[in-house]
Formats: sequence, C-alpha cells, structure tokens
Amino acid sequence: MAVQPRFASRIAARAAILVYDAGRAMSDLFLDMKSVSKRYTGVQALDGVDFDIRTGEIHCLAGENGSGKSTLIKIISGVVQPERGSEIVIGGQPISHQSSIAAMRLGVEVIYQDLSLFPNMTVAQNIALNEVIETKRPLVARRREREIAGAAMARVGVAIPTDELVGDLSMADQQLVAICRALTSDVKLLIMDEPTTALTRREVQGLFRVVKELKSQDIASLFVSHKLGEIFEIAERVSVLRDGKKVGTYPAGELDDAKLSYLMTGQTVEYTPYTFHRSERGPLLEVRNLSKRNNYADVSFSLHPGEILGITGLLGSGRTELALSLFGMNRPDSGQVLLAGKPLRLRSAGGSVRAGIAYVPENRLVQGLVMPQSVGRNIVVTTVRRLLDRLRLIDRQKFQDTVEEWIKWLNIRVPSPESPVRTLSGGNQQRVVLAKWMATVPRVLILDGPTVGIDVAAKSAIHSFIQDLAETGVGVIIISDEVQEVHGNCNRILLMHRGRIRAEYDVTQTTAAEIQEAVEQVAV
Amino acid sequence: MRRLLRRHESYVFLAIILLTAVITALNPSFLTLENFFDIIKSYSFMGIMAIGVLVVLISGGIDISFTAVATVGQYVMAVIIMRYSGNIFLAFAISIAVGMVLGLVNAALIYSFNIPTVIATIGTLNVFYGLLIVFSRGKWIYTLPQWFARFAEIRVFTLVNANGIPYGLSVITLIWIMVIAIAAFILRYTVLGRSLYAVGGCGFDKSAAQRAGINLFRVQVFVYTFMGFTAGVAGVVQALLVQTVAPNSIVGKELSVIAAVVLGGASLAGGTGTIVGTLLGVMLLAFLSNGLTLMRVPSYWNDVVIGLVILASVSASALQQKRKRQRAIAVEEA
Repeated sequence: MAVQPRFASRIAARAAILVYDAGRAMSDLFLDMKSVSKRYTGVQALDGVDFDIRTGEIHCLAGENGSGKSTLIKIISGVVQPERGSEIVIGGQPISHQSSIAAMRLGVEVIYQDLSLFPNMTVAQNIALNEVIETKRPLVARRREREIAGAAMARVGVAIPTDELVGDLSMADQQLVAICRALTSDVKLLIMDEPTTALTRREVQGLFRVVKELKSQDIASLFVSHKLGEIFEIAERVSVLRDGKKVGTYPAGELDDAKLSYLMTGQTVEYTPYTFHRSERGPLLEVRNLSKRNNYADVSFSLHPGEILGITGLLGSGRTELALSLFGMNRPDSGQVLLAGKPLRLRSAGGSVRAGIAYVPENRLVQGLVMPQSVGRNIVVTTVRRLLDRLRLIDRQKFQDTVEEWIKWLNIRVPSPESPVRTLSGGNQQRVVLAKWMATVPRVLILDGPTVGIDVAAKSAIHSFIQDLAETGVGVIIISDEVQEVHGNCNRILLMHRGRIRAEYDVTQTTAAEIQEAVEQVAV
Repeated sequence: MRRLLRRHESYVFLAIILLTAVITALNPSFLTLENFFDIIKSYSFMGIMAIGVLVVLISGGIDISFTAVATVGQYVMAVIIMRYSGNIFLAFAISIAVGMVLGLVNAALIYSFNIPTVIATIGTLNVFYGLLIVFSRGKWIYTLPQWFARFAEIRVFTLVNANGIPYGLSVITLIWIMVIAIAAFILRYTVLGRSLYAVGGCGFDKSAAQRAGINLFRVQVFVYTFMGFTAGVAGVVQALLVQTVAPNSIVGKELSVIAAVVLGGASLAGGTGTIVGTLLGVMLLAFLSNGLTLMRVPSYWNDVVIGLVILASVSASALQQKRKRQRAIAVEEA
C-alpha cells in the first residue's frame, strides 16, 4: 500500500531534520532513549535504560510485573517525567519536558489494556471523539463523526458498523475501535498494553493483519507484554526489562518462550512432574453429561482423590463457565455432578462450599479478595463461623492464631496481618486467596488461572503448595491456558474447545508441545 | 424494526398505548384533546425538572437538591415581583439566575471535594431549603401581580369543546417544549453533549474521559448549572400553575422526578438516557396518575400503583441488560 501524500511529506521533513542531526543521521529511529531512569519514593523503577524504536518497526517490550515496563511506557507517552540525565529523542526532536499532549502531537498514542472506550457511545462517536474535542469547535455533526470513523477504518481495512454501540462489540472489535481512534491523529508510534490477552486465536490474526497494515504506512507498533506467545509471529525485535534494567534487545527470531522467560526472570521455570497414585477409593467428583446452553455441552469426566486434573483450552472454550457451574454459580441446564457418590445441587456457591468445593477465580482482584480489607480478614472470611465464641462473637485470640498459622504455612510476606491486601504483590495476594480456600479444608479445589500475573519464584511456590495439597487426598482441578503450567502440574489434562471436551491426555504419555499443537489445531 | 425493539423507549411507549386503551375503555373522556392539553400543562413543571435530571444522570451523577433550588428561585422571584412588580421575563430571569448560582455551588462542592454527588446534593438540599424556611419564616405568598396570573392563562392556540368552553395548548407547555429543545440540541449536536455521554459512560474511573481531552470540571459545571437553570424555570412554572408560592410545596417531589427519568431509560450508573425516553417516562407517570383519577380509584392508591410501575420497568430493563451481558459461547453441535 502506498504511503499517503501527507505522510510522505512529513517523513521527508523529518528526514531533513535528521540529516542536520549528525549523530543520528543515518539511523531511522523514531524513538531514541538513552540512560533513562526513574525513581519513585524508595523504588528505582527504571535504571539507566537505553531503548529505541525504528520508524515503522514492530517492537515488543517484555518483562514481568514490576520490571519497569509500565514506567517506561508512561515516560514515552509523557505521563511521567524521567530523572535528570535521561535523554529522549522522538521523531528527531530532543524532548526536554514531556507532557502527554506533547507526546500525542509527536505521534505517540497509547492503547491501555482497558482500551479507554465509551461503551455507551457508538463506534463512530468513539473513534471521532478525540478529534472532535481537539478541534475546539462547539458543534459536531453525526455525519462528520461517521466520516472520521470511516476514514480511520478504511486506513486499516476494517469495517465495523459505525452506529453500533461499542459496549455491544466483541473484545477484538473494541480493540480495533481503539486502534482506529488512535489513527485519527497523525500517529507514528502505537503502544499497545497486553493487546492479545483477551482475544481468541483468530482475533489475534485479525489484529496482526492491522498491525502489518500500519507498518506499511510507516507506523511503528510497540507491544507490551509479560508473555509473548503469538507476538513472536509478528515482532521484529524484542526488548526485555528486568528489575528496572534493560536485559537486552534481540531479534525476535533468536528467542523462544523458554529463552525469553529466562531473560525476563533470570531463572528457568522448573516444573516438578506430579506423580499420582490412584487409591482404592472410587472417584471423588463425577461429572455426567453436564450441559448449559451457550456455555458448554455434554461434559463428562471424573476426578479421583489426590488427582490434579488440568483443563486447558482457548479463551471462550467454556472452561471458566464449567468451573463456575461446578462451584454453583452458573446453574447447568442438564446433567449431574456427584461428589463422593452423592449428587450436588449446584444452586449456590454457599451450598458448594458446604459440600467441600473451593474455587479460586481467574480474576482474584475482583472475585477473590476484598482489596481494602486486611490480610487476616481476607483469610478467615470463608471460615469465620469456626472462630465464634459462646456469645457468637468473633474470638480475637482464635482469629489471630488462625491468621498467623496460615501466614506462616503459606509463607505470605506481609508486614502485618492488619495490612490491606491491596498493598501486597500479586504472588502474595494469590497466596492469601489460596489460604482463604484451603482453610475451608475442601475436598475439591478448583483453580482458575492460579498463576496469572505472578512472577516465576512465586509461581513455583504456588505449584508446590498445590501438589502438597493433592498429596493429602484433595482433588484439584487447574484451569489454565498455559499448556506448560497444566502439563507440569497435572497428571491428566482435558482439552476443551467450543464448549466440549475434545481430548484427554495422560501427561506421562504426551509432551507439552503435542498438547500445545492440539490446542492450536482445534482453533483453526 | 429490530433496532426499535432493542430500545427501552419502545417498551415505555407501548406501555403508554396500553394504558391509554385501558383507561379510555373505562372512561372515554380520557382520550380527548382537551384532557391531553390539560395533562401536558400540569406536568410541565415535572417535565422541565426531568430534563435537568436527565442531563445529570447522563453525566453519571445525581442531584437531589433541585427541588430546593426550584423553591428558593421561586420564592426570591415572588418576593421581588411582589414588591417591585416587573414583568414575566424578569420573573424568569430572577428565578433562573438564583437556580444557576445554586447549581454552581453544587458543582464546586462536587468537583473540589470529590464528594459523591448524592451526598453533596442531599446536603445542599437541606441547606438551601433550611435557609429559605429561616428567612421566609415559612410564609406563604398569595398576592402575586395580576400580570402573573394573566400570563398563565395565555394559550398558543385555542379550540372550543362541545360545551363551548375554550381550551388549547398553554404557554406553560410551550416553555417546557423550549427547555426540551435546548437540551436536545446540546445533547445531540454539541461537543459538550458528547463529553457528557463520555464522562458518564466511563464509570467510576474517569481517566478514559480525561485521556480523550475532556475537561471534567467544565462538564461538571455545565451539568449542575443546567440543572439549576431547569429548576429555576420550573419554579416559575409551578407558581404560574398554582398562583401561590409556598416554601414547602415543591420539596419532596425530587424522587418522583428522578423515577420518571429512570422510567424513561436513563441509568443511575450514567452514560445512558435520551430526551424522548424522559418525555415518555414523564408522560407515563402523568397518564397513570390522571387515569387513576378518571377511573375513580381512591387517590391513596396512586403512590402504590406508580411505585409498582417503576419497579416493573426497572426490573424489566435490568433483566434485559443481564441477558445481554451473559457471555455466550458458540457451543459446537454434536
């Protein structure tokens, strides 16, 4: 696709500036950052980072939570000011005092993970909003909004009905709307924060097509991610941050998942395979022909005491819906679930908890923890009835003892049991959720994405807790889209796709790579 | 057609048609032009405030204090025209000015202290109303100027019924229509209108709106002064309708006005709501109330029936939302 005339002239103008700037004349860098540092009170978020992006490049910025990725993005987009001594050049212009408006004028646009869209407004209104506000004219015509939206969508070959409400669109389409909105300004660098996490495989391909289209128009893309997966297919270079320092920038072809994970963490993830010995007792949990319209269909499997069963599948495979049903929060239409031979009613979460089922949800921040409350209170919330004294009031001594016991047992690093959960790191938060559910002494523990957003060290700790727990006879179900994780922890794996169980694997007979391939195969 | 079925407004409209049919079957005098003009005259007062409430709800806030604002505007206006006379334009100007100033007070409080709008306006409701009672000592005003009474009788056009009694579209209804026109224009054709929907649509965290370049303070100021403006207009309209000014006759109606707007499809969560919906919401309540009277249902039942209708409507639309939100997975056929 031909470069549009107004872009061509801008590029020419910038090239002219570059020629005068002797040091950078030959390198066609859109963004060049040298020894960028940032200190927050007591924390060195970034420490002398050099980072650059070429014009029209597809670059990936990788790092664990807390590695400084988001601080770097905030500095590029002008939201945060770097320390003195940091050098930033954008589009050939040295930047002394960056502001977010200035960054936008230079062509830097950020699409945050929440997309910053307005679900109550139409596609056209969303795409046109920035430009409509920027023009500072008091009136706006719907026709003009449609024109702006149409033009932006045409640039990347996207066609979404302009009068549709954004809230009614799929996540993938919402993302495209956010990209199109960025295109209404003269964007040169589009930064996308974790753009593929909420997308299905096919939707990711659609996004990549758009990103390649942008590249052909000399617009650079920067993906920010804590795991790469499919981004390898498209990225040209990958920069890795760890603890605020840059580990290096590598051609994407030189990396694979294992190598990248090593670069991000400085250690290799060790999976100790779980060996399961089937006991004489019958199955603990039996699911028979469970179906729910528009969720899943005809699901049958069994779980034995001490077994760790993995359920993997893509986003939208029905895995989370199934888990919610087993926990009584998503009533199935038909089928039966037996716990130790007795049918479960599956009508309420309370009933499931009493029956001995515990569920650690995918989104612990919203569904698993009461963030402003203390660590202690979060831990005992499921078992508070056991702490009552004769007057049915909470016994303070019992409360403190229980909380301390759990903090010690799960090695939760926390200044005091009184600290709000909000102040803990992701790994420690997840331990609190685990403590909360393990305290109920469950017979079946369902973990949905148990290590999402947790660093490697915390990950292996949580994995070994899960294995220890299973060895005591608890039946564990791990739901995860990371095949590595389920393969390394479970003895048996179910593959779900479009609401049905497609395959069952014994981990001693199948490699993780084979399962990964099967996951990708069903998606096509 | 499918689009129309998806809209909340269509259902409210259907409810109105159904209600009209039932009432007319029981008392044919309901479905007459005369009765219709009468309803839209007496409900102008509520309808004008509903427009202000709609704007506040769209922005994601809520205002409880507007009835107090209307009363204060009305009372100040009445005191001044009683003493110095003047004309109808002056009357409106005074009440509107008072309304906008008090609205500005709300906006300033909400923006600078970041107080939840419900709490802030419950507070100002009591302060505004309390001060009025202190200074007026609760005194009623009966002796409004003659021109004030004459203005209320003006009809835009006049028809005559079978008994020779003239009726027609009142100038008071025309004022309501003007307020509707102003709000419709702002919501539909201005950047300010878009900003309102944007601010209301991004929920509790307003950073999406700020990133789009919207000046939150300006939006806030507009929202609450516009609410004050409509309250000011409504204050005069109420005085025109009843021809007396009593400090305690308006306060207490705020919840029915908010209910009418919510009935019309506006969400207390912000970001949604239309002028048409709000009009239909007000009309539904008006027809219901008028219809119950015509059907000779004891007036005690009024509140019960209205309450039930509000509950039914809100539950129905909540159910619809829930269905829409449920994630659907294309389950593979066996």
